[in-house]
This record gives sequence, structure tokens and C-alpha cells, in this order.
Amino acid sequence: MSASSANARRMNRWPAAVAMVIVAAGAVGCVRSEAAERPPRRDRTVELRIHHSHFFPDHLSVPMGTHVRFVVRNDDPIDHELIVGDASVQLRHEKGTEAWHPPRPGEVSVAAGTLATTTFTFSTPGTTEFACHAPGHYAYGMRGEVTVSR
Amino acid sequence: MRRACVAVVVVGVLTVAGAGPALACGGLIGRNGAVNLARTTTLAAYKSGVEHYVTAFQFNGAGGEFGSIVPLPGVPTNVERGGDWTLQRLVREVTPAETQSGRLDTLSAAAPASARVLIDTRIDALDITVLEGGGKAVGDWAREHGFLLPPDSPEVLDFYATRSPIFMAARFNGAAAAARRTAIGDGTPIHLTIPTPNPWVPLRILGLGQAPDAVIQADLFLLTERQPALLPSGNNAGFELDRSENASASLLADLRADKGMEWMPASMWLSHFKIDSPARELKYDLAVDASGFSPSPRAAGLPAALLPPVVSKTSVDGLLVVSLFVGAGVLLMGAYLVGRSGRRPPLHT
Repeated sequence: MSASSANARRMNRWPAAVAMVIVAAGAVGCVRSEAAERPPRRDRTVELRIHHSHFFPDHLSVPMGTHVRFVVRNDDPIDHELIVGDASVQLRHEKGTEAWHPPRPGEVSVAAGTLATTTFTFSTPGTTEFACHAPGHYAYGMRGEVTVSR
Repeated sequence: MRRACVAVVVVGVLTVAGAGPALACGGLIGRNGAVNLARTTTLAAYKSGVEHYVTAFQFNGAGGEFGSIVPLPGVPTNVERGGDWTLQRLVREVTPAETQSGRLDTLSAAAPASARVLIDTRIDALDITVLEGGGKAVGDWAREHGFLLPPDSPEVLDFYATRSPIFMAARFNGAAAAARRTAIGDGTPIHLTIPTPNPWVPLRILGLGQAPDAVIQADLFLLTERQPALLPSGNNAGFELDRSENASASLLADLRADKGMEWMPASMWLSHFKIDSPARELKYDLAVDASGFSPSPRAAGLPAALLPPVVSKTSVDGLLVVSLFVGAGVLLMGAYLVGRSGRRPPLHT
């Protein structure tokens, strides 16, 4: 194969390569655009300790989109629960009648001296509350806050 | 503001799992979600190193739905039915004559890893269990035995367990109450005999399960062989030393005549406290130094030296006498040394 024919073949590949770069760039752009609308999921584990009917820590900060796995350890000799959610969720549980919560996203009962887990994805920026709504516990101050940043 | 009225007192009342309480979300406390404070009456009398603790529990019906936990300063050597009129007679002693009848009407209506059961007995329809254990262990025992503990109970139990691991749980047995035809409002007095170096009287337990603004009202009677030194002194807002005097001969005679009260000596010092305090401020107990010197801040549940101990006049006199003796001794010693040095022959070089 002569040198001139090899050069001609290289020249013929240029349009295809440019097209591929354009397509690739477009694809990346699309991905970035979607990412801007829905933040990438971040996983985090938070250990909460319950002692004397209070949560420790009682304040957390997470970026929006964080998927938190709460590991709740109840040191008290009484039963507690963890309810994560906005004011309407807290109000519903404060007035609710469900004595025991099976583990499901954002809520779990924690029997005296035991450990329980639940998960919650913080998808809205602002402040989200976590609390216990066993009778009298919320008024006693058994609550905390999660600050969700953009 | 919820007003919790207690006639004399030292008892925290806990809801006990009863017949189908309407549970709120997470349901731990029965019926209306509140802890109901039953009226109780208490006398702490201290003689020869032994505290006589007389209190009464009021039957609230509902098959014995309410129970109480009382922190104790030591292990009782005896738990028996209390006398028939001791508590009422004490109230009469400090109640102005013109209001006595109404007041008495009110009172007659009110009339380690795991806890170790030290005493388990029944007095009338009242089941009494004396426990030894830490706050968590006693809380576990209470929960496992149907007591529904309010949210402040873990902290309050720990508060007491650091000083004394002894607690008394009391609860009416529904079947026994029915068999005895116990009526709502009937009181069952009990009398505990507790050897202890110095008594302390639990006050904070009165606010157990109460909202911070709930006003705790109570009368507390203390009988000691001489004027005691107390901490707090009774000059605090909400905790007033209403009377401090030699108990009248008639009072002591009446008390001595009651069942199980033969030990009452001919002479005792009577202290009467009125408690009228929001629950959030009642975070202490009453420490008593029966010798009249220095009550312990720790026994009062206070951080060390938060409040200065108030010594009684007797104690001041005692301290004065001791000081005079020490001062006289120092003077005599000084005079002796001066005298010796004066007689010492001069040194010859």
C-alpha cells in the first residue's frame, strides 16, 4: 500500500470521527441535564442513640438526594419510635392510633433496649423533622431536625 | 395549665396496662394519654437511725390501672399496713380549725443488670414490690410487669438510682380490690421501716409524667428527734417550710395510739412543708441531716454545693460550742507554750 492511498483513507475517516465526537458530546450533555434535575443518589448511614427520651444527635445535615439508613439504638427501658418526615407527617403520627410501626421507609418502632433500622431519602431542600410520637414523647422534646441542602 | 393536686406526698404515679386503653400512636400511656396523679399522703419520721415511712395509695378503679413507683433511701426491714389515722391526724395538726372539715373531706376522699425483687407482698388489695436495681433495670422490670412509663421516667429513675438502688412499686390488684369491695377513692396506708443513716425524701418524683407547667401541690410532714438541718431549707419559691416546731404532745399521743405507731416517742420535732411548684422547677429532693449539721447536696439530688446547707438553730448552737472549745483549747495551748518559753533558761554561749 502506497503512502498516498493511506493518507487518503485517513482523510476519509475524519467526518466519521467528528460525527462520533458530536454524538458523544450530545450524550454527555443529556446526562448532565438529567443530573441537574435529579441529583445523584448518595447513600449514608446515620446512627441515632435514644437516651432519656431524647435523640443523639438531634441535628443532621445532608445534601438533597441523600438516602439515609438510620440505625436507631434505644438505651431506655421504654419503647420509642422514629418517624421522619415533614410537619404533616409528624402531625399525622402525633394524632395517629398505630401503636407499633413495622419498619418501612421513614418510620420504625424501637423496643426498649433494642436496635432498629429504617431508611429515608431526603429529596426536598429545607428542614425535615424526626421524632417519636409515643404519647407525651414529642411534647417532652423527643425530636430532631435534618437540614437538607441543595 | 394542668394542675396536679396532691395532698401529702412522695409518690410518682405510673399508668399500668389496664383493660383496653385507647392507645395513641405508639401507645404507651392509657386512656387520655395523660398520666393521672392519684392523691397520696406521706409521713417520713426518723428515730434512732430508722426511718418510718407512712404513705397511702388511693384506689382509682379501672381494675387497678394505676401504679406507683417510689424511690427509697434504703432496704425496708418491714412492710406492713399503716395505721388508720396517722396521716389524717398530721394534716389536722397543721390545718387551721375553721377549714379543717373541708380539708379532711378532701383527704378522706383521697385518701444490677436486672432488678432484684427484695420484698413481694400484698397489703389489702395493694401489691407491693421492693426492688433493687439501676434505673434501667427497674424500668425494665416495671415495663415487663405492665407499668406504662412516661417519657421522663428513664431520666427520673436514673436520677434516683445514682443515690439508692431501692425502689418500691405499688399497684392495686383488680381482682383483690373487687373481692374486698374496694371503692374508688379508698386509700390503703402502708408503713415501711427503713434503717438509714439519714433520710431523704423524694420530691422530684412528684412531677413524674407531668407537663412542665403542671403545678405540683403537696404537703410533706417530717418528724425527727431534734430540729433537723435541711436542704433545701424551705425558703425556696414553691417549697415552703410552713411549720418547724416541737410536735405537740397531743399529736404524738394520737399518732402513738394508731396501729403500728407504738414506736413514736414522747418528744419529736415537726417540720411541715408546703409544695406548690411547677413540675419543671421541682428537680430536687429533700435532704435531711437528723443530727442538725450538714445535709448532703447529693442526697438532695443537687449538683455539689449548688445550694448552701442551711443549719438549724440547734446546729448553729452546736457549732458555736465546738468553736468555743477549740478556741479555748488553742488559747490554753498558746498560754502553756508561752509559759514554758518564759521559764526556759537563757542559752549560754
